[in-house]
Amino acid sequence: MTDAAATSPPSRRTWSPRLVSLVFVTVVVAVLPLVFPSNYYLRVASLVWTSGLAVVGLNLLMGLAGQVSLGHAAFLGIGAYAVAIGPTHLGVPPIPSALAGIALSALVAWIVGKPIFRLKGYYLAVATLGFGLLLALVLTSESAWTGGPDGMPVERVELFGWRVTGALTWYWITGVALIIGVALALNLEASPTGRALRALHDSEVAASVVGVDAARLKLTAFVVAAVYAATSGALLALMNGFVTPDTASFMHSVEFVTMVVIGGMGSVVGALVGAAILVALPQALTVLQEYETAVLGLLIMVFMIFLRQGIVPGLIGLFRGMRR
Amino acid sequence: MAEFLQFAFSGLTVGAVYALVALGFTLIYNASDVVNFAQGDFVMIGGMSTVFLYATGVPLPLAAIIAILTAVIVGLLLHRLAIEPARGASPVTLIIITIGASMFIRGVAQIVFDKQFHQLPAFSGDRPIEILGATLLPQSLWVLGGGLAVFVALWLFLERTLIGKAVLATAANRLGARLVGINTAVILAIAFGVSASIGALAGVLATPITLTRFDLGTIMTLKGFAAAMLGGMGSPLGAVVGGLLLGLIEAFGAGYISSVYKDGFSFIAILVVLFVMPRGLFGGRSVERV
Repeated sequence: MTDAAATSPPSRRTWSPRLVSLVFVTVVVAVLPLVFPSNYYLRVASLVWTSGLAVVGLNLLMGLAGQVSLGHAAFLGIGAYAVAIGPTHLGVPPIPSALAGIALSALVAWIVGKPIFRLKGYYLAVATLGFGLLLALVLTSESAWTGGPDGMPVERVELFGWRVTGALTWYWITGVALIIGVALALNLEASPTGRALRALHDSEVAASVVGVDAARLKLTAFVVAAVYAATSGALLALMNGFVTPDTASFMHSVEFVTMVVIGGMGSVVGALVGAAILVALPQALTVLQEYETAVLGLLIMVFMIFLRQGIVPGLIGLFRGMRR
Repeated sequence: MAEFLQFAFSGLTVGAVYALVALGFTLIYNASDVVNFAQGDFVMIGGMSTVFLYATGVPLPLAAIIAILTAVIVGLLLHRLAIEPARGASPVTLIIITIGASMFIRGVAQIVFDKQFHQLPAFSGDRPIEILGATLLPQSLWVLGGGLAVFVALWLFLERTLIGKAVLATAANRLGARLVGINTAVILAIAFGVSASIGALAGVLATPITLTRFDLGTIMTLKGFAAAMLGGMGSPLGAVVGGLLLGLIEAFGAGYISSVYKDGFSFIAILVVLFVMPRGLFGGRSVERV
């Protein structure tokens, strides 16, 4: 999306499209609390920001590196259970626990990714699928540590004697985390690494001819995506005050991939739109109760068939077409 | 020895079901490069439809046939309404479409049927057969025999019929197949139909042993996919061997190491295969692709 925008005829003042994306996200985060009628909306928005953070990371892997992770929720799980297990079982305060979880997540991504990226094709999808299912199984089975299928409570964060609670507080924490995440992602996209990754996506042969180390770059994108996911998981667990193995489930992984694809691969704003739709829609569909799964499945199919590039790039394309 | 044999029997029985799901995967994958994540839902449709028809008084064989036909219709609709309109989309998009389809089927099944576990009576009695101290359920023979019959029938279909050869040609080279006058869209529809019938048959055969529920599809898809990867994606022989192997790994893992991690062993197996021989057991020599 950013590239297409860059080649459009210059307007009077040319803002870099990346800056536009960042300003857009910041404005949305800043303005929404003013229009929300109740705390319920703040809670849902906070969920969108945390999911959005993970999706922005996954988008780097899918949109830039062209690789799919079908076990991305596992990294969320590592982050979430780190802040749950650390304080409860090991006596480590929540924030160091979160950092440890994020580091562990990066390490796991590196170990899983290292041998995989030597291969061409969708092997990462299979490896992450296997790893994700394994982790979900461990989280469900090791009840002594994880509370089993029911999950476990997470201790509230205390900073200098101040207990971090309340819908608005968490709205700002997650919102700011998202803005930072988006800024870093946009930065990475504009960096030489980002350019090399895009070159790789367009033509791996051409990119390697000019000296791009394909395997190393894909691994970098995967590790970065895992760090985003673990951060998102840690925030989610601290905000909710509990974790369940569902955080790391296969269906959750599928949801993340769907968010990226529905919103539009390679578009940061698209990633957020995808997250907003998939988080908010089930909330709206609860009135339909037992029809929820069917309706969600149907919507995913319809979106994918008719807006193949995703909502944001698709709409931008439509808009351009109309102006001509 | 009796224990070993017991685990082997149960592993082969479950493995035969996985093998059938993996065969369905392989068929569609070869005809279109689509990894069909709704594959396991055909198994659920087969089992659940048979259960509910049988409960209304329809004789079991007739109920099974209607159930398999239902799955075939669902498979054809899936191809016509979801895969065909998205022709030319990237593999990831197609995968997401089938995941959406799987959710849709599951959601509808939970409304049409219910959320309970269901079982069918065994086809030929429950009296176990004793072999060297281990026992074998007659239904296991049905599953194994059914699996073998499907494999032979599929082989005959592909090697001895014109349509089967057209499927093989499409798998080998889609453009080439179109050049010699094969309608590849029809071939893909056939692949979906056959694949659905194989899945549904597996569901009918396995339900007396493994029970069935509206959400059985997800785990069946994962196991079938794992089996197909283990054997080497795209190889029908690999799918069968991968399925049986996966069943055995699970049975022995559960029996000798830990029953809690029964499902875990199969996923560890996938990771090991991926790291050691990424093309799967039979992927390297993909001479006879279906």
